[in-house]
Order: sequence, then structure tokens, then C-alpha cells
Amino acid sequence: MEKLVVGSREFSSRLLVGTGKYKDFQETQDAIAASGAEVVTVAIRRTNIGQNKEEPNLLDFLNPEEFIILPNTAGCYSVDDAIRTCNLARELLDGHNLVKLEVLGDEKTLFPNMTQTLEAAKILVEDNFEVMVYCTDDPILCKELDDIGCVSIMPLAAPIGSGLGITNPYNIEIILENSNKPIIVDAGVGTASDATIAMELGCDGVLMNTAIAEAKNPILMASAMRKAIESGREAFLAGRMKKRLYASKSSPADGVIK
Amino acid sequence: MNAKTTGIILNGSEIHLKSDSLKELIDSLNLSEARFAVEINREIVPKSEIDNYTLNDTDEVEIVIAVGGG
Repeated sequence: MEKLVVGSREFSSRLLVGTGKYKDFQETQDAIAASGAEVVTVAIRRTNIGQNKEEPNLLDFLNPEEFIILPNTAGCYSVDDAIRTCNLARELLDGHNLVKLEVLGDEKTLFPNMTQTLEAAKILVEDNFEVMVYCTDDPILCKELDDIGCVSIMPLAAPIGSGLGITNPYNIEIILENSNKPIIVDAGVGTASDATIAMELGCDGVLMNTAIAEAKNPILMASAMRKAIESGREAFLAGRMKKRLYASKSSPADGVIK
Repeated sequence: MNAKTTGIILNGSEIHLKSDSLKELIDSLNLSEARFAVEINREIVPKSEIDNYTLNDTDEVEIVIAVGGG
């Protein structure tokens, strides 16, 4: 499959995965291996004061040399908090400048606050961050984020963790038409067919967490998602047949025995 | 005479330290082997400056690590 190009980086896998909600770090590591993902999101949080020396650290299980670690700004509800989090992430990852910006607007829906997202994106791009941005599926706002210089536009397909699937494929299609940047569906996917639908629409990738982590067998679902993404991409590139209302014979009409 | 302590806000909680060395604080949190980042009074403290950084009373210190997230 052709590479996914995001800013200055290239990836073989079009599936990007989160690391939240797993039973333990071993399960996280196994699921990510099964998914084939190269880009792996993490959150940035205060360390526990009085941390146990033996307590494992997520990055012991995800070698930053092996994966592209994509720190997010999950939990940030203001421009200021999102920028501080990105600066901390860049320091934590030795100057690595790729971030997933999300500025949330509401606890219940976890929908992004788009005015604050646009403002934060501008500041981060000026400060040489490569910004992958979680956003609503509003084509006009997605275009604005593209114009600001974000390296990837990541509209939600449904609320984070909802598993409702691709709720507005028509908006996603318009967003795809308007943009030259990779469009990566971020949030809302529930099962393999949802991921395939996103890819068949022409999305450049899908970012997911809960659909894998909350599956009864996360490792198997991670493998299913890898195949779903590949199938959807190939089907998009192959170009689907036209739909027609009535049947069209597949076998010759002539020569049927009488 | 009481030994002088340094009172800082660490990750939102007020604590008193016997030493004003940031390095000693990091060591006491068992973080020396881990990937972490430090912000003091909303400014990033680069790793290269941690060893010689002196904490002051009322400093607001944030120390973060990477955790699971989507």
C-alpha cells in the first residue's frame, strides 16, 4: 500500500491507535502489535507523587524509537492548557514536535470547542509544532484548520468512545473534497466495518482507541481493524462499481440448457 | 533552630522540601529512569537545566509523564 504522508513523516499503516482503557500495559502492547499501527497516541498527566519505583511506565512498553508517539491534549478545555500540554510533551519526547491537538468543549459529548481549537492550532503551528487536529466534521472549519497549516485534519465520526460509527459520511466526503491534507477520522468507530466505511470514502486513515480496547478480545479486534483499514483503502483505490436498481446477470444469457 | 524548608506547589499540592534542589526532588519521586517533563511557574525546565535548578518558595511545579490515552 502507498505510504501515508503526514507533515514530514511517512507511515506504512493507516491505522492510528490510542493506548487508553486497556487492562494493563502488556495488553496495550499486544493489541498495538496486532493492529500494525506505527502511530500511537498517549496522554500527558501529572505523575503520582510518591511513585513506586517498581511501577511500570507506559513508555517502557512502547519504545519511542519503534513507534511514533503522538501525545494528545485530551482533557484540555482551554487554549492555554492545550499549549502547555504540547510544550511539556515536546520536552518529554526530546523535541519531537508531532502532536494531536484537542480542545474540548463539553464533558458529556467531548465535542471539540472549535473556536479555541482554531486559536490553539495557530499558536502551535507558529511554534513549529506539526499539528494533527481533532475537530468537528464541519467542512468550513476543517478547511480553516487546513489553511492554518495543520498537517492532518481529524474530524470525529461520532463522539469519542461512542462506537456509533460514521454518522455523517456526506460531511466527510465534502471535507475530503476540500482538503489536500490527510483526513483521518478520529473517534466514533465501533467495529471493523466502520473503519472500512471511512477508508472507502477516501479517508487517509483512522485513529481509534475504545473500539479496540473495549472489545471482548482487544487483540483480535486490533487485528480485525488492521485488515478493515487495508480492505477499505484497497476498495477505495480499486473504485467501486456503480449501484443499479435492478439485477444485472453475471452469467451468459445464451447457452442455458433447455 | 529549625532547618529551613522550601515550600512549593507540586502537581497542585503544597509540599515542603528539605532541599531546594530540583534534581533531589526528581530523585525522591523515583523518576530518574523515566521519561518525564517539568514545568515551573508555567515555563518548561529543559532536561539539561534540571541538575542545577534551584527551587524557590511558592514555585508552582508540574511534573508529567506519558500515560494511556486516545
